[in-house]
Amino acid sequence: MATIDINQVSKIYTGGVTAVRSVDINIADGEFIVLVGPSGCGKSTLLRMVAGLEVISQGAVRIGDRVVNDVDPADRDIAMVFQNYALYPHMTVYENLAYGLKNRGTPKAEIAERVAEAARMLQLEPYLERRPRALSGGQRQRVAMGRAIVRKPAAFLFDEPLSNLDAKLRVSMRGEIKRLQRRLGTTSIYVTHDQLEAMTLADRLVVLNGGQIEQIGAPLEVYHTPASTFVASFIGSPAMNLVKGDLHGDRLAIGPAMFELGGYAPASGPLTVGLRAEDLRIAREGEVSFALRVDYVEELGSQRLVHGTLGDQPLTAALPPETALGDAINLAIPPDRLHFFANETGKRIGNGLPAPTTPAAERLGAGRLVAHR
Amino acid sequence: MHKTRFFDHLILICGVLFLMTPVVVAFMTSTHTAAEIHSKGLMLSPGGHFAETYTTVLTRQGGFTGQVTGARMVMNSFILGVGFAAGKIILSMLAAYAIVYFRFRMANLAFWIIFTTLLLPLEVRIMPSYQVMTQLGLINTYTGLIVPLLASATGTFYFRQFFKSVPDELLEAARIDGAGPFKFFIDVLVPLSRTMMAAIFIIMFVYGWNQYLWPMLMTTDESFFTLMRGIKSILQVWIGSQIPDYNEAFALAVLAMLPPVLIVVIFQRWFIKGLTESDK
Ligand SMILES: Nc1ncnc2c1ncn2[C@@H]1O[C@H](COP(=O)(O)OP(=O)(O)OP(=O)(O)O)[C@@H](O)[C@H]1O
Ligand SMILES: [Mg+2]
Repeated sequence: MATIDINQVSKIYTGGVTAVRSVDINIADGEFIVLVGPSGCGKSTLLRMVAGLEVISQGAVRIGDRVVNDVDPADRDIAMVFQNYALYPHMTVYENLAYGLKNRGTPKAEIAERVAEAARMLQLEPYLERRPRALSGGQRQRVAMGRAIVRKPAAFLFDEPLSNLDAKLRVSMRGEIKRLQRRLGTTSIYVTHDQLEAMTLADRLVVLNGGQIEQIGAPLEVYHTPASTFVASFIGSPAMNLVKGDLHGDRLAIGPAMFELGGYAPASGPLTVGLRAEDLRIAREGEVSFALRVDYVEELGSQRLVHGTLGDQPLTAALPPETALGDAINLAIPPDRLHFFANETGKRIGNGLPAPTTPAAERLGAGRLVAHR
Repeated sequence: MHKTRFFDHLILICGVLFLMTPVVVAFMTSTHTAAEIHSKGLMLSPGGHFAETYTTVLTRQGGFTGQVTGARMVMNSFILGVGFAAGKIILSMLAAYAIVYFRFRMANLAFWIIFTTLLLPLEVRIMPSYQVMTQLGLINTYTGLIVPLLASATGTFYFRQFFKSVPDELLEAARIDGAGPFKFFIDVLVPLSRTMMAAIFIIMFVYGWNQYLWPMLMTTDESFFTLMRGIKSILQVWIGSQIPDYNEAFALAVLAMLPPVLIVVIFQRWFIKGLTESDK
């Protein structure tokens, strides 16, 4: 168990590709960090630099209080779980689990004990004598986990360990990984491009884009106050609606719709406004609202996603499944749920409208929205 | 469906007959006496002298010095075949390992140099090789017979392709598991290469077993003669009105065929097993 400090780390591949740019992350002991971002943003590269599989071009990585830049992967006291599991195909499950310990000269009796413990934890006992090819994907995944656990390392590194599994298994393995990490209390870095996986697993999320950190924060913090349009559109499903708006004083115009922010004016002039689909709801009788022209509807069972246009800008609303729909619906959104981003940089402006302290029921009725058709 | 199956079988049977008949004829003929063969020609029916001929062939001391037996020649061929195949596998695996897994300068150049030697058969370099061996005093030794033939572009090429197909993550997992370069080779690559090794062993053993020109040059001492040379020296005994020992020549030919067949049959099992149980 250890802290991991990633200090101004960059990776420049031969050929000049900068895959990771000046990344700073301080990971506390026992923390579960998830690196998330689109394909090619440098997540794997960063993880592999921590693992020692990739040379660190600039900066320093510290595991515990030791700088490990020049330390061999075997001596970094880490264990890694690969996307394709990378099990040794010619070894039995037992041998796969024992191999790392054997190489470190662990006594036979202790190996047997630790393998047995890991096998019990992961329900692998019936398969110990099998070869990996005789296992299902989920079982292989657990063997890969087991190989990491038996070593009792200071840190677990996961590189998209669940992306080869089917959706249902992914959900259950996700839970299992989380539970295991909690139980062992081992510092973990987990790479994924799946924002849902990231949200559910992380103590803290690190959102990467083009090799740079966009935002670090607890999942809900990132969800509620995305630092940029990139994070806003990446975290949360469906993606946050980003529409062009115009702010004059505390009056916000989005196409034909007009909102009054009640004195809150973080900027002025054109900017990007973020509205979460799940914050939009059908306007009640007499409530100020704006009209969404409905294009098509996606039924998800628990809710329906209504895709439409506001003025000439696309907008998606997540509504309860029983909502009655016509060609157009009147929607409302609490102003404190609006996000503002600068047009040029995409960075967040202000911290959003402070939520009123009045009870929720009252707040819904508060007529601070002014709609213009 | 039924019709095609019938024709499939017909074609296969024709192929088998075509390939097997000469072997059967050679075997049947070898069980007759030399005189019989001389007067009646090749035989398709078994004669009564199987045990006799084969015992003679394997145990009678013959040759110019009257020292060497057939059994000795079989052994020599075997040493050559196995030494050749095993040596080639070890050498080409190590070469391929270095080329694929170690980033040293001009690794690719080294590989292509090795690879171009594919274009040069033994016969092209036989004189210089012979001279080197003479000067090293390795004429009439097993070392001299085997070592100059070991460098194998074919083997290196196959192992290189195979190693390249092994996922990188396996190496990385092994590195994190604390396996150094040597351990990774022994614990992971060698076991994974078993089927490849079996395939190359088959090819190389047969190739080594059938070597003719090189043993001919390298051995003057009859105790190092291989079977391939021996068969010829028997037919060369053609003194006066004596009938050549056709039966013995056929017997030796059949014997010469046996080990490669056995090797193929044995290793083929592994080979096919490896192919069907594909290690993923
Ligand atoms: N060996 C290499 N040489 C040059 N560029 C590389 C190398 N490996 C990766 N890259 C580049 O570095 C960038 C980051 O790659 P990386 O594998 O870290 O992405 P990733 O975030 O893990 O993506 P994914 O989700 O698809 O796995 C990519 O643009 C990639 O093209
Ligand atoms: Mg990756």
